[in-house]
Amino acid sequence: MGLVESGKLPKSLTTLLNTSRKYSLWVYQWGLACCAIEMGAAFGSPRYDVMRLGVIPLPASPRQADFVCVSGTVTDKMAPAIRRLYEQMPEPKYVISMGSCANCGGPYWDSYSVTKGIDQIIPVDVYVPGCPPRPEALLEGIVLLQEIIQHEDMQEKWNKDPLELGA
Amino acid sequence: MTAISDRRQMAYVAAQAADARVNVELEAEGMTLNIGPQHPATHGTLRIVARLDGEQVIEAEPIMGYMHRGYEKLTEVRTYPQVTTLVNRIDWLGSFCNEVPFILAAEQLMEIEAPPRAQHIRTILFELGRIAHVSLFLGDLGVQLGAVTPVFYAFRDREHVLNQIEAATGGRFHPNFDRIGGVKDDLPAGWIAETRQVLQKLREFCDLIDGLLFGNEIFEARTRGIGVIPADVGLSYGLSGANIRASGVDWDLRRDAPNGLVYDKVDWKVWTHPDGDAYARSWVRLQEVRESCDIVEQLLDTMPPGPIMAKVPRIIKVPEGEAYVATENPLGEMGYYIVSKGGLEPFRVKIRSASFNNMSITPWLLQGAYVPDVITILASLYFILGDIDR
Repeated sequence: MGLVESGKLPKSLTTLLNTSRKYSLWVYQWGLACCAIEMGAAFGSPRYDVMRLGVIPLPASPRQADFVCVSGTVTDKMAPAIRRLYEQMPEPKYVISMGSCANCGGPYWDSYSVTKGIDQIIPVDVYVPGCPPRPEALLEGIVLLQEIIQHEDMQEKWNKDPLELGA
Repeated sequence: MTAISDRRQMAYVAAQAADARVNVELEAEGMTLNIGPQHPATHGTLRIVARLDGEQVIEAEPIMGYMHRGYEKLTEVRTYPQVTTLVNRIDWLGSFCNEVPFILAAEQLMEIEAPPRAQHIRTILFELGRIAHVSLFLGDLGVQLGAVTPVFYAFRDREHVLNQIEAATGGRFHPNFDRIGGVKDDLPAGWIAETRQVLQKLREFCDLIDGLLFGNEIFEARTRGIGVIPADVGLSYGLSGANIRASGVDWDLRRDAPNGLVYDKVDWKVWTHPDGDAYARSWVRLQEVRESCDIVEQLLDTMPPGPIMAKVPRIIKVPEGEAYVATENPLGEMGYYIVSKGGLEPFRVKIRSASFNNMSITPWLLQGAYVPDVITILASLYFILGDIDR
């Protein structure tokens, strides 16, 4: 860690660390609506089998998770809980927004009670479009997230100031 | 039976007394257990605040609204064909079943009747939706009780049904296939033969679950006599669907009010169970999946030829009037009360969804239950949060 903070991490070591990180992702499932079933199909069914990508879908709490998959309609009543559990996750943390509702409000774009996109409350790394997206689409989203992690400069990621959220 | 407010008042007094007793005996306070709003066992975003005395629940209060999306208001600014897209997502597991009562109510107002072939296709997809819906329940039930294996089988075999729905409608999850006056497309070539094979797979799945869960001693021990709903209490809370049939009430809208679906042309049986406990509710659902397979099989045999759309104007304007149509959805009675003022959009739509009533019994049912049984009771009541909050 000292090496990382001093900013003198050799490139080969960064690649090694990133490769290890991207293949051991613990995902916190924030299943909310229709998308939760498709997320369950991707994470819990033998046909899609997310574990072959190195993703472990069942951490006991957000404190053990590397990324959160928010799938479904986020309402204004639910939004504070999402923010709170996101803040409990340890850094480095990532967010996948699954489905049109989590991305932008989706079919409820003019509803009085739906939050139009979770990027208003937490920063999103990967958006998966669809209503709901097929499990294959979610798997592609996870692969994209792994690419982000692979090309990440950890010095930049860990040396910067604490995240200012929702400012 | 006392009124709900009286009972809650009594429960509150009982909680206070229990707290005082525990405080004196153990020098400890009663505990408040918060389940949710994000919990794997609540099928979504239900929150339950339970007051405990040791391991027993004294009072449980469900808090809803975390999935309220404002359906009834949104339907007022959507045209009738657009509403179909929207209502798909109320009970997201049985999407097609949500469209049917709305379309039937609109058809009743417009005095249109779908051609026989369209009615057949509707009923088949309705039952396929039920099979996909309830088969996931049967797998999920195991997970709630600590058996992880059934859910893998459920997801595996549910995919076969979803494939058939997708082949016919183009939508794997939200078909949006029902139209005022008929259905969007005819069935594709070879679909009927494929569906027969899928039904065979689902029957095997039912046998598998029958052995894995219902023949399992631990499962029986954890569900027999848990969460017993007497028939009169269930009826007074407005329970419907398999929850009330498991209490011995022989009531099924598919048989009693077919409303434009062709259940009267099929030879089938309404399953009931006298016990009213968690085991009975699960068992009735298992038998219903089997019965649905038989219904679809018979409908595939008697598919009439002909058109799939009645004559409907290009721009759909529903004449002034009011109509209520309810159908027997996988979760229970689901109905739409449409008030039309003759415009492109409904003036007002009241949605009666099954889960809201099915869940309303939980404060009564959870009183006195042990903490591990809370999850069993919630799982066996089987509600979908989108169906509760809308």
